[in-house]
Amino acid sequence: MYLSELTALPGVSGNENAVRTYIKKRIEPFCDRIDIDSMGNMMCFKKGTGNTRKTLMLCAHMDEVGLIVSRITEEGFLKFKTVGSIDPRVLVSKRVLVGEEGLPGVIGRKAIHLLSPDERKKAPKVKELYVDFGAKNKKEAEKQVSVGDYIVFDSEYHEFGDGLVKAKALDDRVGCGALLELAKESCAWDVCFAFTVQEETGLRGARLCARRVQPDLAVVLEGTTCSDIPGTDHNMVSTKLGGGAAISFVDGTTSFNRKLVAWLYQLGQENQIPVQYKQTATGGNDAGIIHVSAGGILVASISVPARYIHSPSSVISLRDYESVKALTKALMQEVEYADNIEKIM
Amino acid sequence: MLTILKKLCETSAASGNEEAVAKLIAEEIRPYVDEVYTDALGNLIAHKKGTSKKLMFAAHMDEIGLVATCYGEKGQVYVAALGGVSPQTALYQRVRFSGGAEGVLVPDGKLDELGKNLSLQKMYVDLGAKNEEEAKTKVALGETGVFGGSFVVQDDCIISKALDNRAGCAALIYGLQKAENNVNDVYGVFTVSEELGLRGAKAAAVGIQPDYAVALDVTPTGDVSSTNKRAVALGEGVAVKIMDRSFIAHPIIKDRMVELCEKHSLAHQLEVLEMGGTDAGAIHLTCGGVPSGCISVPVRYVHTPGEMISARDLQGAGELAKLLIEEGIE
Repeated sequence: MYLSELTALPGVSGNENAVRTYIKKRIEPFCDRIDIDSMGNMMCFKKGTGNTRKTLMLCAHMDEVGLIVSRITEEGFLKFKTVGSIDPRVLVSKRVLVGEEGLPGVIGRKAIHLLSPDERKKAPKVKELYVDFGAKNKKEAEKQVSVGDYIVFDSEYHEFGDGLVKAKALDDRVGCGALLELAKESCAWDVCFAFTVQEETGLRGARLCARRVQPDLAVVLEGTTCSDIPGTDHNMVSTKLGGGAAISFVDGTTSFNRKLVAWLYQLGQENQIPVQYKQTATGGNDAGIIHVSAGGILVASISVPARYIHSPSSVISLRDYESVKALTKALMQEVEYADNIEKIM
Repeated sequence: MLTILKKLCETSAASGNEEAVAKLIAEEIRPYVDEVYTDALGNLIAHKKGTSKKLMFAAHMDEIGLVATCYGEKGQVYVAALGGVSPQTALYQRVRFSGGAEGVLVPDGKLDELGKNLSLQKMYVDLGAKNEEEAKTKVALGETGVFGGSFVVQDDCIISKALDNRAGCAALIYGLQKAENNVNDVYGVFTVSEELGLRGAKAAAVGIQPDYAVALDVTPTGDVSSTNKRAVALGEGVAVKIMDRSFIAHPIIKDRMVELCEKHSLAHQLEVLEMGGTDAGAIHLTCGGVPSGCISVPVRYVHTPGEMISARDLQGAGELAKLLIEEGIE
């Protein structure tokens, strides 16, 4: 299955090569042309079956949050910075893989009995953490690792419970996996399957895709926050696990066209596909940069809810993943008939 | 100009839901321009054809507001902010949703205990609904709401909600209507989602590719509060922006605006704003760089239901827009 293989690949922002290579090989048979730009964005074009020369861009980012080596200590430990937004509290004692070779290591911190009373009360800072990959000293460490090497979470794909999956990088390999499968489907419009880079460091890749493709409609497939967990105020639950494909009406980077949002929700209901609204206005994704590009682009965002997002162990429901695929497939089939979409544009 | 301003202020247009204001403006300006159209984001674009360089005006249609995010069992409607909504200001304000339902924004818990931690997350809109089911029939998820605040004219003083930025819209409408001719190829753009980060203007600029740009917006004054040291005062005339946090006005535009004011004896003041931003901030960075400026209407108590401007200042802003269209920027 694509998802188990995709989440196993390393792809910290700026280092998406392994993910791109994997996708390219599998999507090639279903596309007419593949462009890879100077940043590493991959745009896979598939001609539409209809007569209109309209373009639908389906978009997923290949990168994941991770770490990067910033300094090697005299003792042979690796100091690091985060790439993308990571809560330092999730890092302590986690397993990682360092550099191209994927050398195993562990993120360490001073033990609790060595912390001052004041330090105990505070969340750890990234600068207090280090990666221990077993090197004897700086000289030995430098033989295997350089400053600037990427560090990725070491976390396996596991299916468990009632159709749930635990893995790293579900944000946004769920989008990548969905696009890979949707590439087999037909659409009256021309479709560009856009796999973007560096979303986690500020929606950087999608900007170029939007400008190059200039689609009539863009749909971003994402992993999004899911906070249906103990201790969350009722009104801060953004999405529910197993609640279906999450459609955004507003988030931190985009206020989505409400007619399009309503049409998508209705499309789900008409086709018996579980859908839910993302019920908080926070976060953001590639839609934020796409909609203000190229003179303004109509955009939607459909997400798979992911608990513990941006950590080594995110959790999704496979049913939600299927719902996102089904809703996007329905959109590909219906987009040519959607009178109100014509009106919106 | 006050008749249209009143209509504009009394129409709701929270960021992302500007359609009603756009419709109103389109009706007002259609007879005076060559074409009126809307882009993919909802920016309303009025084009007055001309032979010289492209001059783009931008006045944002949206106002700060709220969006319904979920329901509570007792009929509460929880909300999130659209734009710079201060929780202290928002407390106990009337909220009008786009579907027509009205309610009051109230604290979820004891106000004393919330104290400094007061945030929109700890508030909800009470619609008077008995339960969740009834609330759902009144307000849909994702529906936007705006704060109340009636429109009042008292001598030279105008008090209303949403003067930020219906004042700028009214000034641009005035300019487009009254200009008897135009030198530049003029685009009057009424933008969306300015309060969310200058989003509409950014897209519109790339679509239009202007040579010059002028935003029309409000600017906070420093004339009554002892904490804000600013030269701009209510009633002293239209403000010509020197800078704010989003951009520094280009001398070509700023100097031309001052020149026109002096030539036509139009009362004006210079504005240096240490905070805030406006559409010109987004536009000037597009298309390889666009020399930009801003016509400002001085305002007190910005982002509250009691925003206050001077009718004379507003008239000045409209006149300056008209003069820029008629005499142009070369």
